[in-house]
Amino acid sequence: MKEMVVISGKGGTGKTSLTASLASLSGASAIADCDVDASDLHLVLSPEVQRLESFKSGHEAVIRQDDCIACGTCMEKCRFNAVHEARRYGRPSLFKIDPLSCEGCGVCVRLCPEKAIDFPERTCGQWMVSETRYGPLVHARLAIGAENSGKLVSIVKNEARRIAKERDLPWIIVDGPPGIACPVIASITGASLALVVVEPTLSGKHDMERVFELTKHFDIPTLVVINKWEINPGIAGEIERGATSAGVPLAGKISYDNSVTAAQIKGIPVVEYGGPAARDIREIWHAIERRMESIEKPSVIEV
Amino acid sequence: MILAVASGKGGTGKTTVAVNLAACLPEPVRLLDCDVEEPNCHIFLKPEIHSSERFTLPFPTVDDNRCNGCGECSRICEYNAIVSLKSKPLVFPELCHGCGGCVEVCPEKAITESRREIGTIRSGTWRHVAFVEGLLDVGQTLSPPLIRAVKQHVGTGGITVIDCPPGTSCPVIAAVHKSDYVVLVSESSPFGLHDLALAVDTMRKLDLNFGVVINRAGPMDHRVADYCRKERIPILMEIPDERKAAEAYSRGLLLIESVPGFRKLFENLYRRILSESRRNPGSMQGDRRDVEGIA
Amino acid sequence: MKISISAQGPNPEALVDPRFGRAAQFLIYDTDTDSYEVLSNAESQDAFQGAGIKAAETISRHGARVLITGHCGPKAFSTLKAAGIEVVTGAEGLSVSQAVDKYRSGQFNAANSSDVRGHWQ
Repeated sequence: MKEMVVISGKGGTGKTSLTASLASLSGASAIADCDVDASDLHLVLSPEVQRLESFKSGHEAVIRQDDCIACGTCMEKCRFNAVHEARRYGRPSLFKIDPLSCEGCGVCVRLCPEKAIDFPERTCGQWMVSETRYGPLVHARLAIGAENSGKLVSIVKNEARRIAKERDLPWIIVDGPPGIACPVIASITGASLALVVVEPTLSGKHDMERVFELTKHFDIPTLVVINKWEINPGIAGEIERGATSAGVPLAGKISYDNSVTAAQIKGIPVVEYGGPAARDIREIWHAIERRMESIEKPSVIEV
Repeated sequence: MILAVASGKGGTGKTTVAVNLAACLPEPVRLLDCDVEEPNCHIFLKPEIHSSERFTLPFPTVDDNRCNGCGECSRICEYNAIVSLKSKPLVFPELCHGCGGCVEVCPEKAITESRREIGTIRSGTWRHVAFVEGLLDVGQTLSPPLIRAVKQHVGTGGITVIDCPPGTSCPVIAAVHKSDYVVLVSESSPFGLHDLALAVDTMRKLDLNFGVVINRAGPMDHRVADYCRKERIPILMEIPDERKAAEAYSRGLLLIESVPGFRKLFENLYRRILSESRRNPGSMQGDRRDVEGIA
Repeated sequence: MKISISAQGPNPEALVDPRFGRAAQFLIYDTDTDSYEVLSNAESQDAFQGAGIKAAETISRHGARVLITGHCGPKAFSTLKAAGIEVVTGAEGLSVSQAVDKYRSGQFNAANSSDVRGHWQ
């Protein structure tokens, strides 16, 4: 079983469009959309949801107003400014906890002299297992303001691994989140290959370097793809040289091609729509397969 | 006035809007780059940096001589950052959120706090724009405290433009919190619309006043504009899908200085934001929101 | 002496769970009474971070002196070491009772360090 994760330091570099096409080219794969904060893969894979689970993580503090004596201890002890006081004429203040600011540390719960603060589990989103014509898709939706700690990403990825093993699928293809923090780390952990998508811009180059630090730190073989390379062939060249000197080979370059947007509008992977970008992506797929053969043990840590 | 520039997904042109808007605003103006995982405003403004300081978070240190191994610290810690076995507790600073719970509950007063570095805050100027950015260290995971620290630089008077992280999770909430107006940047595509709708839900939940900028507006797809009209969301500006703009961006150039017509576009955007934010001043009263927005 | 084994099911025939922190459960084998006890790992499974640390604390509080599992990350390993628990990794694929027999016949070596990187396995 081979696991490839498609990432990019910067958002909006074409990661999801590429992932959809690679899933189509792979023939049989389990697909994981780990970009749980802006999951878009389902828009081009037309999934049919088979299973829906709610995602709970951590706790949140809630004051039981009937038992509150308005002593203000919770507000004084909260380091996240999550407790707000409404002063009321002729009556004690009303204290409330803003769920979006609450860090779920439980300090107020513990220190409340009246034990008037509940600490229920927090629902932070949901995750789904769907069927698509490219294979099973595991995807998720993080709730607004929830902490993207990487736990939901891990759930999505582990479920995809479990399904891939159960159905004996040769590939797990992961659409990773942007950035460099928890969710990205969770999405690349244990992968056999990381594919970094970058556009030939100064921002793209800057963010790419930070992502390379991360894949190097976690010892994950990495390839780079330059998307829309004609926007700036000069910077595309710099990126290619920079990547090579960082020990990251180029998997290929994708042309600036309106058929990428056209395919998105039609709701299909661009390789099925055709055009120059589609041809480039086929080349990239071959480069990935070649790279995979040279990785000695493309094993995924079992879960 | 605090203007936050946000977007449901990355790569829609959030930074482009933030830097070009800040660059054509009248003095005094501040630009805060709160996209601390990938701060990119400096690429376009090339500010002169005057100061750079490391940002730290607290974590517990246990005094062996005082600790009696009772395990209270471990029981209160929701993050598993301190664990008590039979001996002195073990501390994992990278897991600590700095809530101070262990310090509070330790009956022997054996826990004090040290500081650990998680990022850098750099300040400088570019022409008349005061510039501050946060940069999270690679391998660090807690961005909201760093975002809140960058936001300490909002200052009073004039306009503060905040470049927010993408998405709708907690770093975004930290970045847009207490803004007077939010500019949501979207692109005209199915992905763009899907993620814009999530961002709109978020702003409504936070009771923030907002409008939309449509980037790369082209003839192929009208769904974002249609959606805004249906939802009665003001479309503040449409940035035409020009190859020239994409090229200028790739070289780290300001659009208002390198693409004809763009300065006027951004000046109009500012005027539009001013009139929109006056039109609906109710949601600008932060204090009122603090209490009632929660209920 | 108590030996703790990460297990996919609640009986000695179950397979060893390759995960430690987020193991389905633990079985505690007592060499003195030749009996098994099931220990819940729910608290660690629910943790949004530091599951391995929590799991190490759980088995330590139950008096385990040895842990047999599949993989063990760096934070869990330090915690187990601080608790004085001997760590044996690489037991995935065996049943719980096979793993215990193999350990008791001296065919397992104690691990000197964690065998996988940290972060959300």
